[in-house]
Amino acid sequence: MKKLLLMVAIAAVAFMSCKKEDAGEITGSGTLNFEFENVVGNQPLVLTTQNYTNTKGESYKVDMFKYYVSNIQLLKADGSIYNVPESYFLIDQSDASTLKPSLSNLPAGDYTKISYTIGVDSARNFAGAQTGVLAPEKAMFWSWNSGYVFVKMEGTSPTSTAANHNLIFHIGGASATVNAIRKVSFNIDPNILRIRTDKSPIIHFKADVAAMFNGKQNISFATYNSMHGGLPALIIADNYAQGMFSLDHIHN
Amino acid sequence: MKKITTFLIVGCIIFLISCAKDKDLNKFLSIEIPAGFPQPVYQFTNNQPTQKGFDLGRMLFYDQGLSKDGTVSCGDCHQQFAGFGNLDHATSHGVDNCFGKRNAPVLFNLTFKDNFFLDGGVTNLELAPLNAMTDPCEMANDLNKILVYLKSKPEYQQAFQKAFDSDEITSQKMFRALAQFQGMMISADSKYDQVKAKTAQFTDQELRGYQLFSAKCASCHKEPLFSDNSFRNNGLDITSLDLGRSTITSLASDDGKFKVPTLRNVEVSRPYMHDGRFKTLEQVLDHYQNNIKPNKNLDPLLKQDLALTDTYKADIIAFLKTLTDLTFLKNPKYSEE
Ligand code: HEC
Ligand code: HEC
Repeated sequence: MKKLLLMVAIAAVAFMSCKKEDAGEITGSGTLNFEFENVVGNQPLVLTTQNYTNTKGESYKVDMFKYYVSNIQLLKADGSIYNVPESYFLIDQSDASTLKPSLSNLPAGDYTKISYTIGVDSARNFAGAQTGVLAPEKAMFWSWNSGYVFVKMEGTSPTSTAANHNLIFHIGGASATVNAIRKVSFNIDPNILRIRTDKSPIIHFKADVAAMFNGKQNISFATYNSMHGGLPALIIADNYAQGMFSLDHIHN
Repeated sequence: MKKITTFLIVGCIIFLISCAKDKDLNKFLSIEIPAGFPQPVYQFTNNQPTQKGFDLGRMLFYDQGLSKDGTVSCGDCHQQFAGFGNLDHATSHGVDNCFGKRNAPVLFNLTFKDNFFLDGGVTNLELAPLNAMTDPCEMANDLNKILVYLKSKPEYQQAFQKAFDSDEITSQKMFRALAQFQGMMISADSKYDQVKAKTAQFTDQELRGYQLFSAKCASCHKEPLFSDNSFRNNGLDITSLDLGRSTITSLASDDGKFKVPTLRNVEVSRPYMHDGRFKTLEQVLDHYQNNIKPNKNLDPLLKQDLALTDTYKADIIAFLKTLTDLTFLKNPKYSEE
C-alpha cells in the first residue's frame, strides 16, 4: 500500500513536471536589471580618499573608474543564444545613475549563462560619430587614434614615476595590431535567470579595480603608470579579462 | 478681371518657385566623382548630404564659438585660399597662442581617403574634427560645452532643425553636418585636370615637368589624387622626432613614416612637410635632390639618387603649379558667409 502510494506520488510528480514542460512555452518579453558594484579586492571602491594596496605592496588611490560593457548575450540550457541588440553600457563610478542599467524587451525565458564584451566591438570603433553612451562627449573616445577607451582608471600612487605620481590607465584598441577586446562569460547555474513579462530579475556583478593590476601579470606602478592604449595596454586587458568581473548573485 | 488673373498667375508662379526652391534644399546632393577618381571611402551612409546639412556644416566650420575662448575656428587653421591648409604656419596655431606639433593639412577630396591625420590615426571622416575641438593646443574645448553653446543659439536651433528635421542637437549631428561640408569639398578642376579632359594644354616646360614627375615622384604621389594613401619616410631626418605612423601602430618599422600628402593645390599651401620645415617648393625639390637622410625606415624608392638637375627641378615645379585649382580655391560655396 505504502509502495503504491509512493508510485502514485512519483507518477503524479512526473506527470506534473511533464505537464509543466508542455505548458512551458514561456512567451512575451521582459526586463533584466543589472547592478555593477565596483570594488577593490574585498573593499568597496571609494574614489579619491581611500588607500588601497596592489599585489606588489604599493599603495594607490583611485580617482576615476569607467568602463564599457557591451554586446550582451543570454544563453539557455539548450545552448540557444540571444544576442541583445544595441546593448552598450557605460559604467562610471562617479555617476550613480550609471551603475544600475537595464535591458528591456528581452525574450522571456530561463537563462543559464550570460556573456559580454569588456569594451566596444570593433565595428563601432570605426563607424563614425555615435550617440548615447557611445557619444564622443562621454570622453571615452580617443580623438587622435580613433577608437574607444574600454576601461579608464585614473588615480595616484607614491610609487608612480609619472608627473604628480599620477596613474593613468586608458585601456582600449580594436585594430589588428592592438586588440584589447575581451569577452567574459558567467554560468548562472545552479540558479536560473527567469525573465518573464511580469518578473524582472536583477543580476549583480562585482567589478574589481585591483584585477587590472594582477592576475596574468602582476604589475608595479614604478614600471607601468601611464597608458593610452598601445601594446602595453594589452597586459592590463589580459589581467582584467581574467578577474575583474564576478557574478555575485541574482534575484529572480 | 484681367488684373486679378495676372495677379493670381504671378502669385502661383512665385509660390511654385519658392516651393521648388525649398524642395531643392531638402533634396539629396549628389557627389560627382571626377573622371578617373576612385570610389569614395566615406560613402555618406546614414548621412546623405542636403544643402541644409552642408550649410550647417559650413556654419560650424567658420564659427570661432566652438573654441574654448571664442578665438579659433576650423577655418582659421584650414584656410580656403591655402587649399584649407594653414598658410605660413609651420605648425598650427591654436588658442592661447599655442603652437601644435604638426602642420595643418589641406582639406579636399577627403571622401577618397581611408584615414586621416599625418599618422593615419583617425579612421572616419566624421570624427576628424574631434581632436581639434578638444586638443588643449587647438580649440581646447569640451564637447559638452560645445553642445551647450549650440543649443543656446537660436540660429543653430534653426539650422539643426532644418538639416535634420528634428530639434534635438547632438554631437553626432554636428559631426555629420561637418562631414557633409568637408566631404563635398572636391578639387578636380586644375589645369592638370583640364589637360586630362583635353580642354587645355601644358606648356613645353609643364609637359617636361609632368614627365619627370611621373618618373620620379608619382609612385608615391600617385595620380589622380597625387597620393597613394600610404605611409612612408622621405628622408627628412636620420631619426624623426615625431614618430608619425608608429604612434598609432606601435611598430618600429613605422617610425618616422607619414601619410604621403596630396600635391593638389601645393603651390598655395606652404609651408611643407609634417612640421612645415620647408617654406618653398624650391626647398622641397632641393631636399629630394641632395638632402635625403638615411633614416632606418627610408623608403627604398628614395635610396637611389633621383638625379635631379636645376632645370629638372624648375620643370617639376612648373608642373606642380598646374595642380592649382582656382575654381575650388575661390568657390563661394566653401567660403565663410
Ligand atoms: C589649431 C589649428 C587647427 C584647428 C583650429 C583645426 N584644425 Fe583640423 N587639423 C589641424 C592639424 C595640425 C591637423 C593634422 C593633425 C595630425 O596629423 O596630427 C588637422 C587635421 C584635420 C583633418 C584631417 C585631414 C587629413 O587629410 O588628414 C580634418 C578633416 C580637420 N583637421 C578638420 C578640422 C575641423 C572640421 C576643424 C574645426 C572643428 C578643425 N580641423 C580645426 C589643425 C587644426
Ligand atoms: C617614397 C615616396 C615619395 C617619393 C618618391 C616622393 N615623395 Fe614627396 N612626400 C612623400 C612623403 C611621405 C611626404 C610627407 C613627409 C612629411 O610630411 O614629413 C612627402 C611630401 C612632399 C611634399 C610636401 C607636401 C606638403 O603639403 O607638405 C612635396 C611638395 C613633395 N613631397 C613633392 C615631391 C616631389 C616633387 C617628388 C619627386 C621629385 C616627390 N615628392 C617624391 C613621399 C614621397
